Amino acid sequence: MKRPWLAALAPYLWLVVFFAFPFLLVAKLSLSHTVLAMPPYAPQLDLSQGHAGLTHFVHQLTFETYVRLATDRLYLTAYLSSLKFAGVATAILLAIGYPIAYGMSRFGPAARQGLLMAVILPFWTSFLIRIYAWIAILKPAGLLNQALAVFHIGTIRLLNTDAAVVLGLVYAYLPFMVLPLYAVLEKQDESLIEAARDLGCTATGAFWRVTFPLSIPGVAAGALLCFIPMVGEFVIPDLLGGSGTLMLGRTIWTEFFADRDWPAASAVAIVLLATLVIPIVLFQRQQAKVLS
Amino acid sequence: MRRGPSAFNRTSVIAGLAFLYAPIVLLVLYSFNASRLVTVWGGFSTRWYAALAHDAQMLDAVWVTLRVGLISATLATVLGTLAAVALVRAGRFRGRTLFSGMIYAPLVMPEVILGLSLLLLFVALGLPRGFWTVTVSHATVTLCYATVVVQARLSAFDRSLEEAAQDLGCTPLSAFLKVTLPNIAPAVAAAWMLAFTLSLDDLVIASFTSGPGATTLPMRLYSQVRLGVNPEINAVSTLLIGVVAAGVIAVYLAQQRRRARS
Repeated sequence: MKRPWLAALAPYLWLVVFFAFPFLLVAKLSLSHTVLAMPPYAPQLDLSQGHAGLTHFVHQLTFETYVRLATDRLYLTAYLSSLKFAGVATAILLAIGYPIAYGMSRFGPAARQGLLMAVILPFWTSFLIRIYAWIAILKPAGLLNQALAVFHIGTIRLLNTDAAVVLGLVYAYLPFMVLPLYAVLEKQDESLIEAARDLGCTATGAFWRVTFPLSIPGVAAGALLCFIPMVGEFVIPDLLGGSGTLMLGRTIWTEFFADRDWPAASAVAIVLLATLVIPIVLFQRQQAKVLS
Repeated sequence: MRRGPSAFNRTSVIAGLAFLYAPIVLLVLYSFNASRLVTVWGGFSTRWYAALAHDAQMLDAVWVTLRVGLISATLATVLGTLAAVALVRAGRFRGRTLFSGMIYAPLVMPEVILGLSLLLLFVALGLPRGFWTVTVSHATVTLCYATVVVQARLSAFDRSLEEAAQDLGCTPLSAFLKVTLPNIAPAVAAAWMLAFTLSLDDLVIASFTSGPGATTLPMRLYSQVRLGVNPEINAVSTLLIGVVAAGVIAVYLAQQRRRARS
């Protein structure tokens, strides 16, 4: 093809209209007056009045919604607990995902293909259904407590607790952690380990001095790939968490659907986005490097 | 020489897979439960599957979901393939940074944000929410996944084949269509499947952008799940898992055979 950039035109235009432009609308709405009703929200941009219309619009913008977010403890709690849930879940994912990915990379080529497929398959099956499956396991008279009863261990209450949310996050995002880790571990040159061993390293020493440092790009990719969407997760805290489980994704949903407070929902979305901007840029850099 | 897996390696892999699959297996098993109480085994039965066939609302939701998936995945694959071509072949062009940013950001962006922003767009444009707004929203999000899948294959493709076709008299465009496109076809098919499955699964974006008369299957399931576990949900879920798993495994086996032949 002579001008390959021409291929970019249609998707470029599409993404500007349906991805970039809507963010400006979210930003604008977050600066609008709170009216607990349906739109349009004041102020409205009237371009027919030219420059005067624009200055009038800018003067009308208000930070009142952000002030409300900053002063209401509920939002602050939701913000901090979102970061906490995502952070704890990412740490657990690394701890259990690494041995799985490492173990997979030790198998022969044919077995590796099958294992890879087995890890990818749950990713293709519905997120909602996989979380729903846990409700039947965790509920008070559920399968977990039935199993515990067989061994005469007391019952535990897990459904609608913070622990259930962490469990759900770890479960749902495990393939996203294992796959990038496996990708770097599988490519690792075995002779490097042998060299380390020849030079007097113990097996554990060789792992921590050679294998692990070389797998850092995979660790970073997996951690970002899990952490970023988990901060804004909605389905898991909603279905497995209790009424007191506050997370930003759930806050946006409630503000929007239950309270019909669109400016608040938009402001929370902007805050969430501002928090995630650095991890997202890091992730993009890495993706671009890997793919080109 | 690669060392074989140690006992620890085997245990971690087996435990990991057991963790991933146990809930799904239990869900499938209990869809054949005769009892209305999902977690109490009352004997084998297929009554919930029969009940499903008479649930008009559920069937309607399935039909909406399939149509949204087919159209949005096709749109996403076409746009995603074009985007991948531009990213791999065009080198530096004006606005490339913004372009690749818009491609990779939705991959990790929380769905609530995407849903909210798309909804505000439709409200601002005065479009009535329904089938088409969901379809366009799904196409927007899944086109990014499609791009990444095609891009990976395209950047591994040997360009000298396309150049050879041009030396033999092909125009640049027809060299691309006759040589490159057939070569990246498996990736394009995989991109379509991924986009279709993502659309099939999506709850959050559909909830924001859908309107009356366009309730998708995940939206229907979600409203029922909120009321508690129910054996009919297990039955729908089992069917959905079965269909998706069969599709993915079929594609995997086809790829294995291709690889074995070449």
